[in-house]
Amino acid sequence: MNNFIKIKNLYKIFGNNTTEALNLVKTGISKEELLDKTNCVLGLNNINLNIPKGKIHVIMGLSGSGKSTLIRHLNRLIEPSFGEITIDGVNVLELNNKELLEYRQKNMSMVFQKFALFPHKTILENISYGLMVQNISEEIYQEKSQFWLKRVGLEGYDNYYPNQLSGGMQQRVGLARALATDAEILLMDEAFSALDPLIRAEMQDVLIDLQLELKKTIVFITHDLDEALKIGERISILRDGFVVQDDNPQKIILNPSDDYVSDFIKDINRSRVIKAKSIMNKSVSITKDNVPIIDSEMVLEEVLQEITKTKNYFVLVKDKKDKIIGKITLNELLTGIQRPRKEIKKYA
Amino acid sequence: MEWLTKFPEMDRNGLREFKKTVDNTFTSFSRNYGEGIENFFDPLLSFLVAFEKLFLNTPWPITIFAILFICWLASRSIIIIAGTFLSFLLIGYFGMWEDTMSTLAIILVSTLLCIFIGIPIGIAMARSNKVQTLILPILDVMQTIPSFVYLIPVVMLLGIGKVPGLIAVCIYAIPPIVRLTNLGIRLVDKDVLEAAESFGANYWQKLFGIQIPLALPTIFAGVNQTIMMALAMVVIASMIGVQGLGLPVLRAISNQYLALGLMNGLAIVVLAIIFDRVTQRIGKRMQRYKSD
Repeated sequence: MNNFIKIKNLYKIFGNNTTEALNLVKTGISKEELLDKTNCVLGLNNINLNIPKGKIHVIMGLSGSGKSTLIRHLNRLIEPSFGEITIDGVNVLELNNKELLEYRQKNMSMVFQKFALFPHKTILENISYGLMVQNISEEIYQEKSQFWLKRVGLEGYDNYYPNQLSGGMQQRVGLARALATDAEILLMDEAFSALDPLIRAEMQDVLIDLQLELKKTIVFITHDLDEALKIGERISILRDGFVVQDDNPQKIILNPSDDYVSDFIKDINRSRVIKAKSIMNKSVSITKDNVPIIDSEMVLEEVLQEITKTKNYFVLVKDKKDKIIGKITLNELLTGIQRPRKEIKKYA
Repeated sequence: MEWLTKFPEMDRNGLREFKKTVDNTFTSFSRNYGEGIENFFDPLLSFLVAFEKLFLNTPWPITIFAILFICWLASRSIIIIAGTFLSFLLIGYFGMWEDTMSTLAIILVSTLLCIFIGIPIGIAMARSNKVQTLILPILDVMQTIPSFVYLIPVVMLLGIGKVPGLIAVCIYAIPPIVRLTNLGIRLVDKDVLEAAESFGANYWQKLFGIQIPLALPTIFAGVNQTIMMALAMVVIASMIGVQGLGLPVLRAISNQYLALGLMNGLAIVVLAIIFDRVTQRIGKRMQRYKSD
C-alpha cells in the first residue's frame, strides 16, 4: 500500500501559549486537564495516518472529535501546532504563501457540509470558480464546467442561482465545483450530512460511481457509520483528537479496538455489512460435490439464504478468479452475525 | 466643606490661559499652514465648481431628461420616474431650479468623496480588529459632536466658501458608509469565504470576487444613509458659504419668511425622497440572486 498522504505526529492546540500546552499534551495530559491548566483546547492529539492514493479514506468521529479540524490541516485552512504532513513527497507545511495558493488550486479541492456555494454566482460560475482563480482562459473553463455540470446531472441549470436549487442539487454543484479543477485529492467535510436520508444515499451512489472512473484520493469525513461502511475503503475513527482505530471496515466491525469503537458499531446490521471473506474458514480441504459456491464479497444476509438451501448447512467461498478459498458453516455464520458480548479491553 | 457644594474647578486665570493657548496654537497653525492646506484642496474646489457649472449651464429640459434617464437605469420603476419628473417641474416652477442644481452638485460631489474615502476605510476595518477599535471611536465623535463645533476650526483654517462647506458635509456624512462597509464585509458567510480559500483564491480575489459583491447590498444601504445625511447637512453648510437650497432656508429663519422656508425645505425633502427611493431600488436589485 503506497502512502500518498502521510501525517506524522500532528498536534493542534487552540488558544494562547500553545508551546507550553503542547509540552503538557506530550506528557499525556487529558483534554479536560489541559483546558483547566492552560485555557487551551486540544484539537488534534498525535495524529499518525497514512492515506493511500486512489482510495476513499473515511475519517469518522462524533462532533468535537477533531475530524473537521484534521481535514482542514491537509490544505492548511488551519495551521498545525506541531507535526508533519507530506503529500506525494511534498512537505505541505513548508510551502510559502504563493506555493500554498497554487497547491490548493491544483492539487486538492474541497466539498463542504453546508455546501458553501457562492450565492451571488450562477451555477456555472460556481463550478468554474476553482478554474477562474487560476486565471485559465474563459473558453476552457466554460467547457470544463459544462462538462461537469452534465456529469453530475444538472444539465440546463447553468444560469440558476444556488438558492433556487434543492439541497441535493446544491451539493451536486458543490461536488462538480470540486471536481472541475481535476485536483488529485478530494476533501469532503461531512459532505452529505446535511441532506435527507434518501438524497444522501443517492449522493453516495453518485460519488461511488464517479470514483470508479476517476480514482481520486478522497478523504471523507462523516459521523455516520453506515455512510462510512458504504463508501469507505479504509476507516479511521477519531476520539478527542486521537485516532483510536485505523483499519479496513470489516476489521473494525469484527475487531473493534476498544469500548468507544464497539459502542460506535453496536447498532449496525452486521448481516448486511460483514462479508463472507471476513468470517470464512480458510484452513479447509474441500470436496466440491453438490455444495453451493458463493462469492467472497457476498454479505452474510445473502450467505444465509444460500446456506439454508443446502443439506449440510455449509457453503464454499470463491475469490474473483473463481478459486475456492474457504468455507462457511452455519455455526460460523451465526457467530459472525451475533454481536460480541462485552469482553473487550477498556479504553484508557 | 465648601468642596462638597461647589465643584473644585480650575481657577479662572488658569482656565483663561488654557483656552488662550489652544486658540493661539491653532491660529498660528492656520496662519502658517492655512494656505498650503487650501491649495491642497484646490482640485476638489475645481471639481465641485465644474459640476455646479455643468448643472447650471445645461438647459433644463436636458438636465431633467438626464436625471430621469439615470433614475430609470437605477430603479426601473415607472412610479419613481413619474414622481421625479413631477417634482422637478414643480421645483422649477416655484423658482428654485438654480438652488436645487447647486445642492445636487454638492451632494453628488460629497457622496462621491465619501464613497472613495469611506469604502477603503471600511474594508481596512473589516480586515483588522485593531483598525476597527481605532476607527470606531473616531466615527462616534464625528456622528455625535455638534456640527457647529467642527465648523469653527474648518472655517479658521479654510475660511468661508465651498470647500470648507464640502468638508463639513463629508465629516457629517461619511460615518454610515464606513460602518456599513465594515459590517457588510464582516457579515459575509465564513463558510463561503473558506470555500474560496480552499480553491486557492488570493486576498484580492476573495475581496473583489466574494466579499465586496456579497457585502454590496449593505454597502449600498450605507451610501443611501450617507446621501441622506449630506442632504440634512446642506442647511448648516450654507452658513459657511455653500450655495443651494440651504441658503434661502437660512434667510427664511432669520427673517421669518414662512413660505420661503417651507418651499425650500420641501424641495430638500423631495430630493431626499428621490435619492432614497432610487438608491434603495439599486440595493434591492443587487440582491436579485436571493429571490427564487
